[in-house]
Amino acid sequence: MKFTLSWLKDYLDTDAGVQEIADKLTSIGLEIEEIIDPTEAIKNLIVAQIDECVAHPNSDHLHILKVNTGKEQIQVVCGAPNARTGLKSILARPGDFIPAFGEPIKVGKVRGVESFGMMCAEDELGVGQDHTGIIECPENAVVGSSITTIYPSDPVFDVSITPNRGDCMSVYGIARDLAAAGTGTLKPLYDEKETLVTPAFKSEIVLENTALDIGAPYFTLREIRNVKNSPSPKWMQNRLTAIDLRPISALVDVTNYFNITFGRPLHVFDADRVKGKISVRSAKDGEKLLALDGKEYTLSEGMVVIADENGVESIAGIMGGEVSGCQDDTTRVLLESAYFTPESIAKTGQKLILTSDSRQRFERGIDPAATIGKYGSDMVAKMILDLCGGECSEIIVTGKEPEKPAPIAFDSKRVEQLCGVDVPAAECKAILEKLGCTVKADGDKFIVDRPSWRSDISGAHDLVEEVLRIHGYDKLPATTLPRPNGVHGILQPKQKREVSVRRALANRGGYQTITWSFMSSVYAKPFRKADPVLIANPISQDLNEMRPSLIPNLISAARSNIVKGIPDGCLFEVGPQFFGFKPKEQESVAAMLRFGQTAQRHWAEKPRAVDVFDAKADALAALDAAEAPQNVQITREAPAWYHPGRSGAIKIGKTVLAYFGELHPKVLKAMDVKTSVCACEVFLDNLPPAKKKAGKGIKALKLSAFTPIVRDLAFIAPRSVDAEKIVIAAKNTDKALISDVSVFDLYEGANLGDKKSIAIQITIQPTEKTLTDEEIESVCRRVIGAVAANTGAELRV
Amino acid sequence: MSKLDTLQTELLAQVEKAASLTDLDAVRVSVLGKKGIITEKMKTLGSMAPEERKTAGQQFNAIKNAIAEAIEAKKEALEESEINARLAQEAVDITLPVRPEHQGRIHPLYQTYDEVIAIFGQMGFEVAEGPDIEDDFHNFTALNTPKNHPARQMQDTFYLKGEENGERFIVRTQTSAVQIRTMEAQKPPVRIIVPGRTYRCDYDATHAPMFHQVEGLIVDKTTNMAHLKGCLIEFVKTFFELDDVPVRFRPSFFPFTEPSAEMDIGCSRANGELKIGTGNDWLEILGCGMVHPNVLKACAIDPDEYQGFAFGIGLDRLAMLKYAIPDLRTFFESDLRWIKHYGFVPLDIPSTGAGLSMTGGNKR
Repeated sequence: MKFTLSWLKDYLDTDAGVQEIADKLTSIGLEIEEIIDPTEAIKNLIVAQIDECVAHPNSDHLHILKVNTGKEQIQVVCGAPNARTGLKSILARPGDFIPAFGEPIKVGKVRGVESFGMMCAEDELGVGQDHTGIIECPENAVVGSSITTIYPSDPVFDVSITPNRGDCMSVYGIARDLAAAGTGTLKPLYDEKETLVTPAFKSEIVLENTALDIGAPYFTLREIRNVKNSPSPKWMQNRLTAIDLRPISALVDVTNYFNITFGRPLHVFDADRVKGKISVRSAKDGEKLLALDGKEYTLSEGMVVIADENGVESIAGIMGGEVSGCQDDTTRVLLESAYFTPESIAKTGQKLILTSDSRQRFERGIDPAATIGKYGSDMVAKMILDLCGGECSEIIVTGKEPEKPAPIAFDSKRVEQLCGVDVPAAECKAILEKLGCTVKADGDKFIVDRPSWRSDISGAHDLVEEVLRIHGYDKLPATTLPRPNGVHGILQPKQKREVSVRRALANRGGYQTITWSFMSSVYAKPFRKADPVLIANPISQDLNEMRPSLIPNLISAARSNIVKGIPDGCLFEVGPQFFGFKPKEQESVAAMLRFGQTAQRHWAEKPRAVDVFDAKADALAALDAAEAPQNVQITREAPAWYHPGRSGAIKIGKTVLAYFGELHPKVLKAMDVKTSVCACEVFLDNLPPAKKKAGKGIKALKLSAFTPIVRDLAFIAPRSVDAEKIVIAAKNTDKALISDVSVFDLYEGANLGDKKSIAIQITIQPTEKTLTDEEIESVCRRVIGAVAANTGAELRV
Repeated sequence: MSKLDTLQTELLAQVEKAASLTDLDAVRVSVLGKKGIITEKMKTLGSMAPEERKTAGQQFNAIKNAIAEAIEAKKEALEESEINARLAQEAVDITLPVRPEHQGRIHPLYQTYDEVIAIFGQMGFEVAEGPDIEDDFHNFTALNTPKNHPARQMQDTFYLKGEENGERFIVRTQTSAVQIRTMEAQKPPVRIIVPGRTYRCDYDATHAPMFHQVEGLIVDKTTNMAHLKGCLIEFVKTFFELDDVPVRFRPSFFPFTEPSAEMDIGCSRANGELKIGTGNDWLEILGCGMVHPNVLKACAIDPDEYQGFAFGIGLDRLAMLKYAIPDLRTFFESDLRWIKHYGFVPLDIPSTGAGLSMTGGNKR
């Protein structure tokens, strides 16, 4: 909402300066976005007089001027038709900023003649619209004085109005709120006894309203005839221009001026361009209107329109039609002043995706009491008659002013209860009265009747806010929040796991990233496990599906790094993935992706391409950080986006805790990644909840007094035999004695054919006595037997 | 000089001459070995007269001891020089780089997330979470946002395809939806914060289609707006790690709070550089207010008996302000160089006890 200082002062009597008004506005919830003083940038420009004006020798329209600045005479080349000797105009000298150019002017040469300045037109300086010639200052203008003596500074306020404050979508409303808050007093609009207009005739227009219950409860028209449309007066044009509205003609400008000044949207039809009976009704499906913005809108049932025998002429409260709009030759008009309900306006506006100053006001709720009479239609009619002449008819009214809501019972103690600041009852009453409420005592409480313009006030809580707002938010004390008793964890176990997993993965070299929860369907497709979850109104087709997995976004992230010249890296994300379009059809996943080489080339260690075992280690580390159970199984059940022979799943029973592996070359190719990529996905929601234990005590440590014995055994086995099977068979041979089994060598040379050699190291930990050689050999023999029996592997000899 | 003295001098010279441990051992064998000079001498003692034997025995022993001592000393010296020679041989270029190790980074947003949780945790808030996909009731209706509120327009809210019983679902526009889910599941007192992803149909220099909020909610019988102010002032001071931050509360509007406020913190923008905590300028940082009675009613909580406050903070914005990160969009670009530069080492775990963030030391 924009307005100028002088505009505000038409209604507010105050000595307060710009900053004081701005601070007050912000403190009562009308937040200042910006204060713009258009003359600030051009304040160096001065009034100068043309001493001499001769034709330019090389041009048929340029003049060479000798311009008197009050201190010296300078030469200026000027193309304006109104340049003439003796004229006082506005001069810009080299270095002076010209808003229309966006930069300062310089000394220049125009067709061979030097020019040391520029005589300016209004539109070039943003002080008006005139561009027919250079500014003509009055005779008595003082040569050498600042431009602000001709165009006084009138700063523009830009105020952000919250959706509840329809009443402040107007200069008058803002003045009223400032006055209530103690800054200035509201000027009376006119003498109460004054008669604004005297209707000269009864209009023959037939008006029918069948939309009383669907959004147009109160609709009025007034005919004004013998008007003469012409440009509106300069003061009105300047104000509209100052707030970025384009002056059109007196009849149109008046409606815009009222809209901004009083928050009263209006419409003016050219009465000679409408035909037959006028009806306020619901649109029919498929009806069309060419609106004043030059666009055609297709309407639907339920939208309130104003129509005549030709069809729809206006979308009620939002925008008029091109055909019935006022033109320069308009002589007879119909002035519409109505109350449309916010719901109806919002619905129609949203459906048509059409916004306007008028919609903004109706949507927030205008003052229904200012539809007819001295604060409504009469005031507008008077201005039209004043500017355009003519005579007005009696008003034609359909429907009636919506009933005011019931008064609100208000206990002033609520202010302290809710806000923690004690505002005495008398002050509460005074504040509410200043805001226009009628306040009656009811025992120790109040009965409050809100003013017609404050449709946002509906209950006692609103009155509490009003009291606090005017009393001052700055008077709110800051009270320390009492702490609840006892120690408790702030994080749920699941959240705690996420925190640990994030830190663990970062500790393993992962760079945490955050990627969109949505992605391109093209990339999502190979990763779907269920129907796609599509966004109906995506910001782009690249982001049209809720991600079914974190992996494709991480692949894209890797690719964007590779493109930037970073060939190797490790990225991880902890976040949701989606398997349905309803709430809770999502799961929390930690995914880490490595690409390229394990490290840069190094003098001591040779880097290698990242592989399945990096991903497996990442998955196990994440599970470990999340305190997953230790008894997991590794299987080959990874989904299709992994390399089928170099991937796996980590499971507990049937529950998948994680997938890991190298990514499928087809997936990488489709996403245009040419380097090695491995990844893991850990499904945090699938982790069994931690076991509840009575205390935090840890099981006692038992250390053996005897030295452990280590033996190495190598086996020859078919390639298909899993190393883990051999390890488990060995471990299970004698759980009491064998404390550890590990694989320390793998050989798959051609000389072994389709077999491989796997060497394991067995750690035998005596618990009761030192073992004899024979006893140790016996353990080894049993291990060899068990491995052979369980896997078919034979001791390599 | 007696013959024996000459012998001793000679033998000591031999010991001294030994250039290696092998040489030295040869000398030891030749002198003290089974057939060594001194050993042979000793053997002659048996054939001597008792008086003579006594004197000679002492003399022989003296020589033997002197040589043995010399050998021992020489041995130590040789060993020392031998090890020194080996160590000299083993010297490496210690300016070579160490073997590669990898430490990653925590994204600055999540560092901020952990900081915020630490601060509110200390004030007795618990973390609550809710789904990213929401229904109309939780995201809007129950939050007192009527059907035709501008926030529900297509331009702002992402809608999902698919319907259930005629209802379309959205991705949540605000973490406030979790207020409702929490109050449905739990009777007052409620004291929660809700960090999470939120989504709006908006993408330009200062808006991302996905961003992060942290919502706060207290509902009990006594918490009022002065507590809200106290709580948030404590938060900003702790978060920005400043002894004092000027704070301004302004009236504002949110459908789900009344009275509503926006909180600004004092800052300066001199020379284009934003400094928090000093200066004459204000920076909007969050929205808050007392929970609207209609919100409580939607959760079957009696607004005449219970009251409380709610606030919502943009986490991304907090991170940008505290750590002077200029562009929101870079948060979501996965640029490894950016994450390394603005990210945090994994052991920099925020805690109100140990200090919220590391000093930055000499690194930043």
